Amino acid sequence: MSSSTHHPAYVHHFENLSEQKEAATFGMWVFIAQEVLFFGGLFAAYAIYRNLHPEAFYFGSHHLNIPLGAANTAVLIFSSLTMALAVHAAALGKRQQIVGWLLATVFLGSVFLGVKVVEYKEKFDHHLVPGASFQAGQLGMAEHIADPVLRGKAERASQIYFSLYFSMTGLHALHMIIGVPLILWIAARAWLGQFGPEYHSPVEIIGLYWHFVDIIWIFLFPLLYLIPKPH
Amino acid sequence: MQTEVVKGNEEAVPGNGLDRENYINAKHGIWSWLLTTDHKRIAILYLVSITLMFFMGGAFAAGVRLELMTPKGDLVDSDAYNKLFTMHGIVMVFFFLIPSIPAVLGNFLLPIMIGAKDLAFPKINLLSWYFYIVGVAVFLVACLFGGVETGWTFYTPYSTAFSHTNVILAALGIFIAGFSSILTGLNFIVTIHKMRAPGLTWFRLPLFVWAHYATSLIQILGTPVVAVTILMVAVERLLKLGLFDPALGGDPILFQHLFWFYSHPAVYIMILPGMGVMSELITAFTRKRVFGYEFIAISSLAIAVVGFLVWGHHMFVSGQSTYAGMVFSALSFLVAIPSAVKVFNWSATLYKGSVSWESPMMYAIGFIGLFTIGGLTGLFLAAMGLDIHMHDTYFVVAHFHYIMVGGAIFAYLGGIHFWWPKITGRLYPEYWARVAAVLVFAGFNLTFFPQFVVGYLGMPRRYHAYPEEFQVLNVLSTAGASLLGIAYLIPMVYLTWSLFAGKKAPANPWGAKGLEWTIQSPPTTFNFDHQPVVTEEAYAYAEGHDTSHDAAPPAAPVRA
Repeated sequence: MSSSTHHPAYVHHFENLSEQKEAATFGMWVFIAQEVLFFGGLFAAYAIYRNLHPEAFYFGSHHLNIPLGAANTAVLIFSSLTMALAVHAAALGKRQQIVGWLLATVFLGSVFLGVKVVEYKEKFDHHLVPGASFQAGQLGMAEHIADPVLRGKAERASQIYFSLYFSMTGLHALHMIIGVPLILWIAARAWLGQFGPEYHSPVEIIGLYWHFVDIIWIFLFPLLYLIPKPH
Repeated sequence: MQTEVVKGNEEAVPGNGLDRENYINAKHGIWSWLLTTDHKRIAILYLVSITLMFFMGGAFAAGVRLELMTPKGDLVDSDAYNKLFTMHGIVMVFFFLIPSIPAVLGNFLLPIMIGAKDLAFPKINLLSWYFYIVGVAVFLVACLFGGVETGWTFYTPYSTAFSHTNVILAALGIFIAGFSSILTGLNFIVTIHKMRAPGLTWFRLPLFVWAHYATSLIQILGTPVVAVTILMVAVERLLKLGLFDPALGGDPILFQHLFWFYSHPAVYIMILPGMGVMSELITAFTRKRVFGYEFIAISSLAIAVVGFLVWGHHMFVSGQSTYAGMVFSALSFLVAIPSAVKVFNWSATLYKGSVSWESPMMYAIGFIGLFTIGGLTGLFLAAMGLDIHMHDTYFVVAHFHYIMVGGAIFAYLGGIHFWWPKITGRLYPEYWARVAAVLVFAGFNLTFFPQFVVGYLGMPRRYHAYPEEFQVLNVLSTAGASLLGIAYLIPMVYLTWSLFAGKKAPANPWGAKGLEWTIQSPPTTFNFDHQPVVTEEAYAYAEGHDTSHDAAPPAAPVRA
């Protein structure tokens, strides 16, 4: 205990460094709990609307770019691996490795965001962004739904699908846009040698955050991209 | 205890820290306040800001009551009236009641009560105040641009497709302030889990701490849902999405589900901390252990959990399935059980207690009566058949004001008076405090009791004009509101006065139990000179022994 109260990272309102580390990790878990509920509102809306408008969701989903989405999923899972390796390196106190793995994570995160930009641009080009310029005719429902009343209903509701697509992936991307500079900041601190076996909480909790953002995408990808034909 | 020379002709008061180093005089200058990470100073920042918001919300209420003095809409037109009640609701709910007890009393007392030097994340605590201030600022901009008139509930599709007022800005203000609430809850949960003093087991915690723990759970799990919901409303207006637009197949009822999923538990964010304050007040002024400690502690958690399952009782007449309504109705009755456990246990604590009637206790007794009325009328509204008659009438308005004002604000005022000597190191004039407490009680009942009657007779809420036969009751209500307004100003005056001229407070002016009374008033920056060790349960008052004259040693290391 006496040594752990002399570590430079120790903040004196905690009893010792291990209490401080536990508090930091627990704090991030509580934060993730509120994040789950934050996304939960959108997931609830998704569940209700997919149930109400199965055709709109099916046709909407077929105008997403599945290869790009799948590739992005792989990129993101890989970034979780590099993040886990960074935390591992921090526990071993290997300074260069921490920085290297963190920068690799930043790189993969940036690739993901770049691909997302390409995908969003496609939607703009195809007039699939909700609002005044939205053209449901793009979805090609005419060949599949003969009844004009049902088709009109599905075409109108397809805006809801794309609203949810942009809200959910947008909120997810926002979390990554916040995450990338945070990782860079942690990487800078790692470069300055602030983390070692005794203390590396910041690496650990940014890792938790990154894994959480990753898991959200693991749900988003099948829910938005891989919708089977409704019976 | 100490024999130092004090200014003027005041006597040295044992345990008073005004002439020694304390958290107030530790640093000077505006930046030492605006950039502080001391939980006590942040509590003061909140106290000042929510007091301003309280009087702003009160001003809107005054406009509402003035208009309702006469049956015709002669003071403001219906649009202006809609803005008045909307902004009254938004300010009071989001910018006053939700932060009130947790952010002021909780911030100040929670670390001290558990024997810690500060909250777990002091910088995040400061950040939460800034979120609050930015949220308030954005909302004030919305007010300056003409306000908002959707009702504090922002029901769609009115808020998304029809309203021409500043819905986006107001929603953004609430969204930002929401993060302040989330971060406060996060800080409390981690602090309570990780930073309790040695010997302070869960079932030795003061009930104030239990209540804040339950509150924090709701803040963490509820607030993000309303945050994303009002974000959807704002984005839908801004970008013309169709999430809640029936023309596109969107479902306005979904908005109500998402909104009330938070906003009903939010009622418990407002009342649970008040219940925590109540347990402290009742034990201190009966000088007796609380009756059924474990039941009160667990009932807080029960309220938090069951409170998440009752939101549909706001939607009995909105097109929700009848079966859903039946389940929500039954679950709403269920919440009455843990609430009643608390009321019965406080009442049982009074039995054979050595009860004294200092001003905080007057608020506490008022709370028991008014909360009971508010709670029982809540059962009327949770019954589906009765609710069809009383939905959207003044009966509902009266009901939730008995909870929000008769409960939450009474507890807040009682708590502010109780801990004022600890916070400021000064005593307030007890005579004026009792006068104010009586006037608040009288003004409150005169304002809101007639509203039960007028609502039951059929007067709808949210209209600026009404049939003439309702005028007598409305005049009574407005008269009560005037009295209540004056009664709120009295504590403002004497509490402010006491900062400069009040008698110096000892460490433990009430002879109360709890770690906060073992340290000097006002406390030092890090609260304790030595890490306290807790060796006994909460409220270990010696039965039949009046402890009010026992001088507590300043900064005693052990809860004595």
